[in-house]
Amino acid sequence: MTSPATDAPEPTLARYNFAYLDEQTKRMIRRAILKGIAIPGYQVPFASREMPMPYGWGTGGVQVTAAIIGPDDVLKVIDQGADDTTNAVSIRAFFARTAGVATTTATPEATIIQTRHRIPETKLREGQVLVYQVPIPEPLRFLEPRETETRKMHALEEYGLMHVKLYEDIARNGRIATTYAYPVKVEGRYVMDPSPTPKFDNPKMHRSEALQLFGAGREKRIYAIPPHTDVVSLDFEDHPFEIQSFDQPCALCGGEGVYLDEVVLDDRGGRMFVCSDTHHCESRRAEGHRGALLGDEASADAASATVKEEM
Amino acid sequence: MYVAVKGGEAAITNAHRLLAARRRGDTDVPGLTLAQIAGQLSLAVDRVMGEGSLYDPELAALAVKQARGDLIEAVFLLRAYRTTLPRFGHSEPVDTCAMVVERRISAVYKDLPGGQLLGPTFDYTHRLLDPTLAGDEPVEAPATATAGSEKVTRVSDILGDEGLIEEDAMLDASRPVADITRTPMEFPMERDARLQTLARGDEGFLLALAYSTQRGYARSHPFAGEIRIGEVDVEVTIPELGFAVVIGRIRLTECQMVNQFKGSAKAPPQFTRGYGLVFGQAERKAMAMSLCDRALRASELGEDIVAPAQDEEFVLSHCDNVQSTGFVEHLKLPHYVDFQAELDLVRRMRAEHFKAAASTDDAATDDTQEAAE
Amino acid sequence: MVAATASAYEGGFSDPVGAAQTVFRALMDAMARPGSIQPLPDVAVPPAPLTASAAALIATLADADTPVWLDPLLAKADAVRDWIIFHTGAPITAHQPDAAFALVAAPQNLSALNGFALGTQDYPDRSTTVILQVDTLAAGAPLSFEGPGIESRVKIAPAPMPQHFGAQWAANRQAFPRGIDLVLAAPGAVAALPRSARLIRQEA
Repeated sequence: MTSPATDAPEPTLARYNFAYLDEQTKRMIRRAILKGIAIPGYQVPFASREMPMPYGWGTGGVQVTAAIIGPDDVLKVIDQGADDTTNAVSIRAFFARTAGVATTTATPEATIIQTRHRIPETKLREGQVLVYQVPIPEPLRFLEPRETETRKMHALEEYGLMHVKLYEDIARNGRIATTYAYPVKVEGRYVMDPSPTPKFDNPKMHRSEALQLFGAGREKRIYAIPPHTDVVSLDFEDHPFEIQSFDQPCALCGGEGVYLDEVVLDDRGGRMFVCSDTHHCESRRAEGHRGALLGDEASADAASATVKEEM
Repeated sequence: MYVAVKGGEAAITNAHRLLAARRRGDTDVPGLTLAQIAGQLSLAVDRVMGEGSLYDPELAALAVKQARGDLIEAVFLLRAYRTTLPRFGHSEPVDTCAMVVERRISAVYKDLPGGQLLGPTFDYTHRLLDPTLAGDEPVEAPATATAGSEKVTRVSDILGDEGLIEEDAMLDASRPVADITRTPMEFPMERDARLQTLARGDEGFLLALAYSTQRGYARSHPFAGEIRIGEVDVEVTIPELGFAVVIGRIRLTECQMVNQFKGSAKAPPQFTRGYGLVFGQAERKAMAMSLCDRALRASELGEDIVAPAQDEEFVLSHCDNVQSTGFVEHLKLPHYVDFQAELDLVRRMRAEHFKAAASTDDAATDDTQEAAE
Repeated sequence: MVAATASAYEGGFSDPVGAAQTVFRALMDAMARPGSIQPLPDVAVPPAPLTASAAALIATLADADTPVWLDPLLAKADAVRDWIIFHTGAPITAHQPDAAFALVAAPQNLSALNGFALGTQDYPDRSTTVILQVDTLAAGAPLSFEGPGIESRVKIAPAPMPQHFGAQWAANRQAFPRGIDLVLAAPGAVAALPRSARLIRQEA
């Protein structure tokens, strides 16, 4: 069997508008999205609504997705790279119910991918939209808690504070000690928070073919990176930006050059490293790739509910 | 054996089934009705209406029931419903002077026109647990009096007639009324938006901040000028009619705090105001709100901003409990991707640390040897 | 071309939710890929001289929160004004800097782009989005752009366009992140030139 099939749409609930939000709210969000695209990396304030899931659990991403999604879209939702984490399941079910859209776990089949903390390993293509859930959209927030001050810094393109912070890292730790939510500069103008993705994913944002939209519900900000846009991770000449690398391939699919999760196997120090991107890992196994800890009798059925193996 | 964490959908369904059973509790005990909640836990319902910013006792009672008595969860339920409702317009300012008061007290005058009216208060009750309430003993009918027809003058108006208290702040009338549910926060914030934000702010958070001002963190010498609880008419101007019509009646708690202010070279000494207005009977909240409002007027009144309660961004960005609880509780969500990145970094840095320490030890040993030679 | 409607109450979206979503996605793609031509379905039937494309865009974007400015050609058509007010609820403003959206039926008569709101350095999003009704996106004078959303270069040939467009657009780009965004509403299609798009001087 190849990659998981796209699920059939469920019937739309009559009680709410298509995709839950009322049309006036969608218009307001759509206007903010257009401004965000026109000013790449700039955080557009928007009148975020209360959603039927808590703030901090993806309300910004959900509002962006609800404002752009149409009946022909195919939606994928991931959290930590995985389609089957509980919050991803919950958000996917929300849209299947309120918008009646088809959902998928297959990255290439999706037209909209809503994500928390990862960018899929599969290269995104033109026509796809990647919607990020963002907790704290302001990259300068941990250096300066005041909105009035950070807004001024963006206006004046005054990012010295960020460089000082990164350089203090180097002085103290011998390296830049930021491993996720690593700040980027967009099109040479705005310093932007890529959301708490590992810095491993930062290079995927650079000149991506997909449109990238960012929604921060609690903080009421939307921002965007159009396709083919320069996204450069901040660094220094003597300390260039570098991404994490793993000493071993994925234990299940043998994949290399991908982001891995560490799984604790027992209380005696047993560890294994597996792909964080579940769809990537499953497709590779379906293609016959085998990792060190994937036994011979393992089914290649990528859609099976559990992966269970004797060590 | 490795079992990947999967089957989230089934887990969620089962968790929600368990939640429903726990919410219902022992089925040998009759279930709560909304009328019981709205009638007998009315202060909980009032708090949910206030912080949920939706005046509907029945829905608030449903939210309290659905939330198993978790009031912040109930506030969240009500807010998430409220946001789906269409907005038809805004009401005229309510006239609290025309309030049919059930409670009205002033701490600054011994007696005053309209009198002191205690109303249904916990004040002066002895906080002794009452075993008779464990049953359903009949209660005495309350003593009532007919409300007077004259308006109950506000204490601030009595002070205002003498010029002893500053005029009520007026915003430019041509400016549209702020609506914090439809506009993102922007600082500095005008007072109308600030009062809206405080009115639905978390009672506990505002209470603690108000308390801090009394303990010297932005002390404002407050007096409870007046607290009144009662019902007021809500009027809406219908453009087609050209005049305001009453669309309903709501219960409100209003608190006017009277605070000291020295005056300046330009202005004679006058008392200043802090204002609180909350849905339902919510006296503690209204008092806390008025102290916070006063503290937040620091820059308007030319006072030094030295304490948390005066810090507009700090107070207003963090007083919403639906936002706060969401973000604090989101830490429950998986973060293992980011944690992996941190794990990797800490491991590498520890390795380097031990390597450096080891080579320092080696160097130290060499030095000793050289000295000995 | 679609015949003009007689009444301000007719000619709106027959499927408001679906039409608005379809039109918005076309515009979002146009904005994300400046200079690209995105097909736009005929979903509105407005009174002349408002075109179906421009009408669909304004009905998708505008509401009571967004004042709309009309160019003289549209402003003098009462039916257009009534249609917009009825179908969007948007207030019509005579002041360019107050406008969230501007509708321009005769781009060739638009002498200045900088009269509209350009936003502020703090809030560059508080700017006017200017919708130009154009006859074509391919048969006018060719313009080349580069910038975010454009892989290397993109060529588009809209007409008619505002006078001295090259100089005006250069000035608009100079104000970045402030500036207006242009939407080109053509028959059956839409293209966009966000403020981030850099016009390349034509080689002589």
